[in-house]
Amino acid sequence: MKVADGKRFPRALRSIRLGGLILVGLVIYAYGFQVTKVDLEETRSENRRAQLVRILRALAHPDLVSFPQEEVTVSAPISMPCPTAPVQQREINPRGAYILVTPNCVESGGRVQIEGFNLEHEADVTLFMVPPSQVNLRIGEARTDVTGHFLAEVQLPERPSDQVQSVSVVTRQSVGTPRLTRTAYDTWDKIIETVFLALLATTLSTAIAVPLSFFAARNLMKGVTSTMLGVSLSILAAPAGVAVGATIAPRLAGLAMSVSHGATASLVGAVLAALAAWLVARWALPPEELAPPTRYLRLARAFAVALAGLASLVALAYTSDLLLRGGKSLVSSIPSLSFLGSFVFNLGEILEMLLTAGTALAAAGVLVSLFGRVGRTLSVRLPRPALHAVQLVVGAAAGAVLLVLLGAAIDWFYEFRQPTLTLYVPAAVGAAFGLGLSLRYAGRDVLPVGLVIYYVARTIFNVLRSIEALIMVIVFAVWVGIGPFAGVLALSLHSIAALAKLYSEQVESILPGPLEAITSTGATRMQTIVYAVVPQIIPPYISFTMYRWDINVRMSTIIGFAGGGGIGFLLQQNINLLNYRAASAQMLAIAIVVGAMDYVSSALRERVV
Amino acid sequence: MLSVRQLTKVYEGGVRALTDATFDVPRGQFLAIIGLSGSGKSTLLRCINRLVEPTSGKVIWGDIDVTAASQEEMRRIRRRIGMVFQHFNLVHRSSVLTNVLAGRLGYVSPAWSLINRFPASDIEKAMRQLDRVGIADKARQRADELSGGQQQRVGVARALMQDPEIILADEPVASLDPVLAHSIMQHLEKINDEDGVTVLCSLHFLDLVHRYADRAIALNEGRVVFDGLPQEIDDRRFKEIYGKEAERVG
Repeated sequence: MKVADGKRFPRALRSIRLGGLILVGLVIYAYGFQVTKVDLEETRSENRRAQLVRILRALAHPDLVSFPQEEVTVSAPISMPCPTAPVQQREINPRGAYILVTPNCVESGGRVQIEGFNLEHEADVTLFMVPPSQVNLRIGEARTDVTGHFLAEVQLPERPSDQVQSVSVVTRQSVGTPRLTRTAYDTWDKIIETVFLALLATTLSTAIAVPLSFFAARNLMKGVTSTMLGVSLSILAAPAGVAVGATIAPRLAGLAMSVSHGATASLVGAVLAALAAWLVARWALPPEELAPPTRYLRLARAFAVALAGLASLVALAYTSDLLLRGGKSLVSSIPSLSFLGSFVFNLGEILEMLLTAGTALAAAGVLVSLFGRVGRTLSVRLPRPALHAVQLVVGAAAGAVLLVLLGAAIDWFYEFRQPTLTLYVPAAVGAAFGLGLSLRYAGRDVLPVGLVIYYVARTIFNVLRSIEALIMVIVFAVWVGIGPFAGVLALSLHSIAALAKLYSEQVESILPGPLEAITSTGATRMQTIVYAVVPQIIPPYISFTMYRWDINVRMSTIIGFAGGGGIGFLLQQNINLLNYRAASAQMLAIAIVVGAMDYVSSALRERVV
Repeated sequence: MLSVRQLTKVYEGGVRALTDATFDVPRGQFLAIIGLSGSGKSTLLRCINRLVEPTSGKVIWGDIDVTAASQEEMRRIRRRIGMVFQHFNLVHRSSVLTNVLAGRLGYVSPAWSLINRFPASDIEKAMRQLDRVGIADKARQRADELSGGQQQRVGVARALMQDPEIILADEPVASLDPVLAHSIMQHLEKINDEDGVTVLCSLHFLDLVHRYADRAIALNEGRVVFDGLPQEIDDRRFKEIYGKEAERVG
């Protein structure tokens, strides 16, 4: 090898190459200096240095505690102008604080020397002249030394009077015990908000990312295949399912509510509906089955399962009503625990909101899997020519529907308002594409549906992950207003994408053996996931969730910069107001919380995993 | 009766693992499958319950065409075919009992099993199977706390939970020491004798074949090169199966 290298690059040439590389590096750096506006002149400017020192000193004194302060005033008489009669000498206690003014009489606007003794040590003092009007006129400042002595020469204002006037020195001295400042209280409030913001965002995103991560795991999705007819029917079923679910849920909930007129009725309704759902489900889903059921029994069971689903929908509607009522009465009856009451109320509202969305999704899922199965069965059962005909029609329809939906989404964003562009053309292209695929994957040939879903899910996660939460929060702040809730939503969305990707990589790295073993017992895909996949991924999932919490705490400290609530909001305000001592208090709080989180999460991770 | 007809598997990338494998296994037979590593034994076993999708050929079991079955039918077929693996393939973090109960997944309702509800009769049955393989006292332990031999017994118990008519054993004793190997083989033999379960077992050591199998087939580069009684494998046949360089051990 060495010989070969030597032949290609003789020694001299290699040196030149190295020199050239260094030169290129220097040029790159020079350009970098210019682009980043490196200016060493600025760092030497006196003015800037003074500012830097001021800011650094302010940062080193976080505004956390303050002492109550007491003003001490020491005065001495002065005459302006000098009186004809000699001025009487004052009695002075040489142990106490006193000042001497020399001379003790001046012409109007004359200069005097003020010397103070036994004052507060190393303190700033303010010098005033007090004319007969008793209005303090500030005449200068000084600083005492370690013995409490100062000497200052000041010019007095022109306030001639025949009365004796006085010069006073005011010092402030800290007394009593230190107290937390307003900033400290605000910082505490906001740091608590920050920690809970991170907690909510992490739990919310974990709950959503866990199921999603399975769709982005190659080893699970690779085996998911279907025939062209199955895929086409599933595609057609998805929007139909969403429509059905979104129609049924609010109507059924409305119907249920129209029957109930009070908490008791709702409670009875919820219990009865849940009981009915449970009993019907018990009958429809026998624990164990040795012989395949007859067709009629299967039909009856499918019907019963649908009925149980509707009954649980009613039960959930009543439950949300109960939560709303309960929350309201809790808020009004126990004011001290009003946050619990409003939490219950919010739960009720969330349930109400999720009911429609959840039913739509569930209906779509059920219909998609049902029609997919019907399609697969038909692909096997139908005679070839009939299958081909059906497949062409359904495939074209599915392709058209898919692209029309895509076109509608594009139209919503860009508002083309041109049906040709967003409706007819996509429909035609989709239909042609569907036809082509139907011809290509005829009959029982299987399409790698799982892999398609895998790539789509991956792409969505990667795109979402590449958008920083700081940018997402801008959109959410518009939607739900500036505040921690927008921060929760933005952090959640970003965390979902990040976690789903990390999780799915864990799923991909599980041992394939148990998967194979569970599959060989005749388990369905869902059973395989629950019994072979889930036990293997619990430790890494916990570990990643902790890590994400850690990241979210750090992120939530700055998400306020963009309107996401939390301590970042306060920090940004104080930086903009040049209130560096307050900003320093908030930075300190962030450092402590992040450090503590780091420690706690690593300790927990070690224990759990 | 299990009939394998011209079974062929070509993996993605063109690796030919199995070529025209054809043989019949009568009900209740203990069939040993021998051959070098990479000769297609694992692929053959996995094609029978379609863990590996065969490229062509048929597997007929009784009057069912296994290779033509739909996903739904495969669930019913697979649940009567137990499988035992070389590396046991237990779920490490689950308890022994859960691992054994997993053998019932083909029978229990998918909905209830998702929330880990098994009928009481199944739990009783699982304890009986564990008792049968002699590790009933380990039921509540985590599977990875058990020794290799104990883990394989859990694997056998899991297969037994399926009320199998066939057990496919993929080198079940290759990662065990000779004493444990015999103990596991004896369990399989007992299941074969007492319950009349057909056993298809791939094996490395000829002495195990001689001792436990009713019949042996040998694979070489995916082709069946021998089909007969274990006693018929003499030196000449041995060289045919394992190649000219091979020496007999054990």
